[in-house]
Amino acid sequence: MSHVLIVPPSLDEHTFEQLLEQLAPLPPDAKLLVDARHVRWATPYGLTALLTLAQTREERPALAVPELEETLSYWRRAAFFHYAEGLYDLRGAYPKRKETGESSVLLEITPVAGSDDVHGVVGRVQEGAQRILHNEMHLESKAILGFTMTLSEICQNIIEHAGQGGWVAVQSYRWTKRLGRRVVVIAVCDAGLGFRRSLETAPGHLPTTRWDDAAALEEAVIRGVSRFRERGRGHGLAGARNYVGRWNGKLSVRSGTARIGIVPDWDDDPPLVEGLPQFPGAQVQVIIPEAMDGGSTER
Amino acid sequence: MHHIDLSSVLRQTLSCDLYSNLVTRPTGAAVRGQIEQLLADPTDSADARSFTIIDFSQVSMIDFSCADEVVAKLLMRYASDDAYFLFRGVNDDHWVAIEAVLERHGLALAVENAEGVKVAGMLSDDERSTWEAVYRLGTANADDVAIATGSDSTLVRGTLDSLCGRRLVMRANDEYIAVGHFQA
Repeated sequence: MSHVLIVPPSLDEHTFEQLLEQLAPLPPDAKLLVDARHVRWATPYGLTALLTLAQTREERPALAVPELEETLSYWRRAAFFHYAEGLYDLRGAYPKRKETGESSVLLEITPVAGSDDVHGVVGRVQEGAQRILHNEMHLESKAILGFTMTLSEICQNIIEHAGQGGWVAVQSYRWTKRLGRRVVVIAVCDAGLGFRRSLETAPGHLPTTRWDDAAALEEAVIRGVSRFRERGRGHGLAGARNYVGRWNGKLSVRSGTARIGIVPDWDDDPPLVEGLPQFPGAQVQVIIPEAMDGGSTER
Repeated sequence: MHHIDLSSVLRQTLSCDLYSNLVTRPTGAAVRGQIEQLLADPTDSADARSFTIIDFSQVSMIDFSCADEVVAKLLMRYASDDAYFLFRGVNDDHWVAIEAVLERHGLALAVENAEGVKVAGMLSDDERSTWEAVYRLGTANADDVAIATGSDSTLVRGTLDSLCGRRLVMRANDEYIAVGHFQA
């Protein structure tokens, strides 16, 4: 018998937790049917996290694809079905992948497993950066450069710490509900070691009295601690944190049972959330808003 | 003198040559490895003074991890040798990552742009003004530099020793030459 997990109509980093709450009581080998038929909208985080979810299962799960044509079209453009075919038994009709022209997808879902993948990701985002980040989002060249550097560093986080491959996607869209303007979003998800286990492999690691997923995230994201003891390590997330702070963006990092965030004034997320349903690996999201009045969002 | 075009070294280390971005730590480590091989020229005597231009002109971007490997670790690796580096073609985009790693490690370097050569990174005000005086003077002894900066000569000697230790100034007998002046 399959357990049915209902995917919320709008799938983002918050509503994905509803899926994980449904998953939490089930054993890793339980048969799953992930029911996405009524999904209308999904962020890059939602789509990459859905692929990651399948990677955490011992039994290959099934996924009922969205019914809405517009949703199917976007999921195809984001290359979701291309990779989901390898991870899920897909139920229902869905469009096959084909080359797309201009779109708001700056980087379709892309697997990241090695250094060469990061070169490819950075190169492809650079190709579309002028069109989307400059022309549509009015970001100045300093912000675009920082965006690409941040993307590179977060992807490297997978290679260096996850112990297995992960997924990255980049998209811009109008975020009417929260901001009333465009945003560009990086989502990077993996089902690997996660921050706590990665930091525990550091030479001479001694857990503090309060050592859990939240403490590990604070160490890595806020204090720039790496499992490598060399002085130059820890640049990646530190750089991402500085970047989002400078451009009024948002950074959120989920790992294990906790999520930590660098939260701008336009968002009301708490900076640290504990006691979330356990989920392997790390899931990172960066949101940079459109510059207002064609000017700078720099702070 | 060595001239190392980083984009050429990058192309030799990557499996594909589509991109000219210095990104990822493994790429940075591989590029630094190539530079070290080039500098380990067996025709050079072991105790020879070396001068190397690291050329960023054809590099599109560099990220923090790569800057840590290519710039910071390179400077630290040769800190105890009589080896001097001048960084050429570093633009504002490159500088974001390079400045961050210099700060993290407390390092400084000489960088050449259209206006000339300057020192950048973690330097005290005394080090900076002393270096600028040496660079202006071309070749100078400590007394010349003291006069140029209006400082006490004992203090200037100490600062010059520090700059020599950081491989930003070269000492030849009693005279000092700033990196950037002895490239030709």
